[in-house]
Amino acid sequence: MNLSYLFDAAHWSLSTDGSIPQLILSHLWYVVLALIIGTVIALPVGLYIGHTGRGSFLAINAGNAGRSLPTLGLLMLMVTLLGLGLTPVLIALTVLVIPPILTSAYAGMRTLDRRVVDAARGMGMRPSQVLLRVELPMALPVMMSGFRSAALQVVATATVAAAVGLNGLGRLLIDGLAVNDYSRVLAGAIVVAVLAVVLDLILALAQRWIVSPGLSGRFR
Amino acid sequence: MITFDDVVKVYPGGSTAVDHLSLELPTGKMTVFVGPSGCGKTTSLRMINRMIEPTAGRILIDGKDVAGQDEALLRRGIGYVIQHAGLFPHRTVLDNVATVPLLLGKNRKEARAAALDLLDRVGLAPEFASRYPAQLSGGQQQRVGVARALAADPPVMLMDEPFSAVDPVVREGLHREFLRLQKDLGKTIAMVTHDIDEAIKLGDVVVILRQGGKLAQVGTPQELLDHPADEFVAEFVGRDRGLRSLSFDTAAALPVKPLPDDLVLDDAGRPEGWRTADGVRSTAGTFLTSDSLRLVTDLAIMSPVGIAVRVDAEGKADGVVPHHDLVDHLAARRGQK
Repeated sequence: MNLSYLFDAAHWSLSTDGSIPQLILSHLWYVVLALIIGTVIALPVGLYIGHTGRGSFLAINAGNAGRSLPTLGLLMLMVTLLGLGLTPVLIALTVLVIPPILTSAYAGMRTLDRRVVDAARGMGMRPSQVLLRVELPMALPVMMSGFRSAALQVVATATVAAAVGLNGLGRLLIDGLAVNDYSRVLAGAIVVAVLAVVLDLILALAQRWIVSPGLSGRFR
Repeated sequence: MITFDDVVKVYPGGSTAVDHLSLELPTGKMTVFVGPSGCGKTTSLRMINRMIEPTAGRILIDGKDVAGQDEALLRRGIGYVIQHAGLFPHRTVLDNVATVPLLLGKNRKEARAAALDLLDRVGLAPEFASRYPAQLSGGQQQRVGVARALAADPPVMLMDEPFSAVDPVVREGLHREFLRLQKDLGKTIAMVTHDIDEAIKLGDVVVILRQGGKLAQVGTPQELLDHPADEFVAEFVGRDRGLRSLSFDTAAALPVKPLPDDLVLDDAGRPEGWRTADGVRSTAGTFLTSDSLRLVTDLAIMSPVGIAVRVDAEGKADGVVPHHDLVDHLAARRGQK
């Protein structure tokens, strides 16, 4: 195993174009954008379906269909339709993150203890109060697990951006392969893996912070 | 007072849950709805706070039709206790109890102070305040459920099988404390249970419903036991209703005989046991004039010599009731009814 690319200090300078820190930042930028757009679309839909029970076939099938769609193929299709740029990449990545977020929001709402919701209504909470003060906090652990799995997938898959001329850690893989520099390919793979683990750790900490100890069982 | 005025509930699909129910639940009293499953008791209860809307008829609280009122505001003014308590798992005990005061716009500090007070009233130590529902036993959760329903001091309370999810020993304790609480508070309570014994024990008024949501009989527990309206009610209140009816009469009018010589007393005059051929045997318990005839009957049966021993407030024996005297007294009582 040749780690010379990874450990070469020249590749870690923040100011050099195409250095590893720069690629990490652009990579994270795609990840964060895809997660934000995906959440904005999938969360309300999942919550609505879970809350009302209407259209649950959509939540289940969207999950299955989304998982089977190859991101690279979708990206190429989008580039043919829309041309090069950030938009086709974000569309492909957003399609990837929607299923886990949608399905977990739906599942989180469906598996709520209905008796607690009944009590909330019976005590005089309005529908919006029931949703925000009772249903959402209770569904949060399941929803967070869906979000974390979406984040992990998109960190690994955002490497496709480089295939259509954008940056991100995929640059190391694609450029490395193009010039047979396997040390560079290996560096790319390792950094992506480490980034995924670190991101998941941060989200795990966030989950610990926002989920009530009454639900996680982590009593003080 | 809660008034059911010719209330009908037909569910989509055509099954009738409540069939022309007209009824008055007296103010400050506990009215218990009881009946077999499918008798519409829970539906009746849930129509009071509009969790279910009636198909026809009106429900009035103190003369005001609930149908015209804002649902959420109506419910905030009615305490609500359900089976398994239905506590919010993500909130501490204190915040659970403070829920309705906060909905009513009280500030957090006031609401929490009031909540702490209520925990005390339902017999929970202050250290429970910061715990989460998952850390409590079923009985403790149910106490929190009652405290939560009482938090905004509503005049009316609805309780749907509030004590059925806990084991019999805990239930017994909750019953006792609830009766004590209700004696202080005097809420107008509608409660649902499937347990006729619970209904008879807790209810000032018992409403017996039969399958299809028809009213079978309304009355005090003793009226139902002594004069069931029909076979269904007689069957439902149980075969031992004669014995249970004795729970409602005290031993005050029961004549006693002087203490016989073979009753062994200690220096303070408290009964120690009966002198028999096999030595001194326990009296199997004693009764006060305020105790029920049912207890006296039980003591006469359990006593090694067939005699129940009465004591005064200090525990000194002051009379005995042989079982044949008890039988005569019961016969006379039967004659009066």
